[in-house]
Amino acid sequence: MIAHAIVFYIFSLIAIVSAIMVTVSKNTVNSVFFLILDFISISCLFIMIGAEFLGMIMLIVYVGAVAVLFLFVVMMLNVAQQKNEWFNSSGRSSHIPVGLLVSIIIFFELIIVIGGWKYKPDLLDSIAIEINTDLTNTQSLGSVIYTDYIHLFQLSGMVLLVAMIGAIVLTFRQRSGVKRQSYLKQISRDRKDGIELVDVENNKGVKIDV
Amino acid sequence: MAELFIFFEQIYRILFLLIPVLVSVAMIVWLDRRVWAFVQKRRGPNVVGPFGLFQTLADALKYIFKEIIIPASSNKVIFILAPIVTMTLALIAWAVIPFSETFVLANINVGILYLFAVSSLGVYGIIMGGWASNSKYPFLGAIRSAAQMVSYEVSIGVIIINVLLCVGSLNLSDIVLAQKDLWFVIPLFPMFIIFFISALAETNRPPFDLPEAEAELVAGYQTEYSGMMYAMFWLGEYANILLMCAMGSILFLGGWLSPIDLFPFNIIPAPIWLILKILFLFILFALIKAIVPRYRYDQLMKLGWKIFLPFSLIYVVLTASFLMYFDLLPGN
Repeated sequence: MIAHAIVFYIFSLIAIVSAIMVTVSKNTVNSVFFLILDFISISCLFIMIGAEFLGMIMLIVYVGAVAVLFLFVVMMLNVAQQKNEWFNSSGRSSHIPVGLLVSIIIFFELIIVIGGWKYKPDLLDSIAIEINTDLTNTQSLGSVIYTDYIHLFQLSGMVLLVAMIGAIVLTFRQRSGVKRQSYLKQISRDRKDGIELVDVENNKGVKIDV
Repeated sequence: MAELFIFFEQIYRILFLLIPVLVSVAMIVWLDRRVWAFVQKRRGPNVVGPFGLFQTLADALKYIFKEIIIPASSNKVIFILAPIVTMTLALIAWAVIPFSETFVLANINVGILYLFAVSSLGVYGIIMGGWASNSKYPFLGAIRSAAQMVSYEVSIGVIIINVLLCVGSLNLSDIVLAQKDLWFVIPLFPMFIIFFISALAETNRPPFDLPEAEAELVAGYQTEYSGMMYAMFWLGEYANILLMCAMGSILFLGGWLSPIDLFPFNIIPAPIWLILKILFLFILFALIKAIVPRYRYDQLMKLGWKIFLPFSLIYVVLTASFLMYFDLLPGN
């Protein structure tokens, strides 16, 4: 049990420190790397409380895909430079009230959530569905998501689909003058189209019509 | 005291797995070069030791004694971290590979997800190395490999869903045991082919070795690396290839199971079967390297997104409907 506690505190310490470093570090790429470290330690915490499916999905989706795209964008755009310019500009102080407001709202929301969870010890009794401890994590998640909550599940899928189509529509450009290859054309070419055999008379050239 | 004993026992078990993996990575590099040479009617490495078996060890010694050069304009911490990340991720995935019904380091519930997660993290070593070098060719290589690996992960994920539909469990031992009567390579043969090609792309092997295409990018993300750090990239890459072969043999070729449960076959120990299957897949990898020319980048992306992804998605629907209709769904 002590080992469990020690490992828990190590992971949560890493998570908190790297979360702070995300906002503090000067280099944007370093911030993204700290964000990845944060994701990994949080998924380790998920695995420690027995939610192994959630932890692994967190690793696959956030670290394996989302953060890669993050890094991709941050490396391509030179964000560090822009940030420095923004910090040095004179309009800097006008952003502080907005930021303060947002952070105060988030702080109070967190307090409400944690307080509500803390002062409701009969939370487990008020759950409508019985908890079956024989099933593994994955099975119990699947049996709930695809039966009782199928409409919500489909709805979130639709939201994602709309977001995807929106992103494609926003960034799609039809460029002219681009040479494209078509596999069908390449494969369906036969010898007659490509090669022409010509009998050449001696000392006379061949006229090639283009 | 008892906890200490368990701790040391675990360390012993980890070393008992890791040292053979590292040695076999060295041997597999030799095998790769040998197969490549035989296809091209050359002899390949045959001087150091019997059949040139110690060639890789000699190469490793050479790399250890070479100077490590760190570019002055690089981001030093990330530059040094990159090969370490590649190597570590290639090795920690072996924890869940079952070599027999009892011989597995960590028999976890979500083994296949763990494997998938670790192999999808493998891209970080390459991106970090490419970016930290602060040089054009490595950066281009890193960007290429990031897009390539993310794209092919998607189709590998869908292929894994196909297999999981037939198994009904995420545990790797359960996946192998579900193939006792019929290896999944037979009913899911198209998926096996797509998995194999995606594995080639995921491990940056030819014909998809665009992140290190020497004709365009010098050596891609490894351009600025030298000495032991280059060797670590190299070992990590081959350990990843072996891992992908192991994943393929567990998902499709029945893992440690013998092909026929009859006398001369079933006295051979289970780990030997798994190793033979891994070797078979690896020799296919090596042959492909020797006989197929490199893809162009847009062709690679087209293959991943427009052909493999829709095809494997349709196959998921087909598999699910088939299992549903004939009432073969596992767990019922």
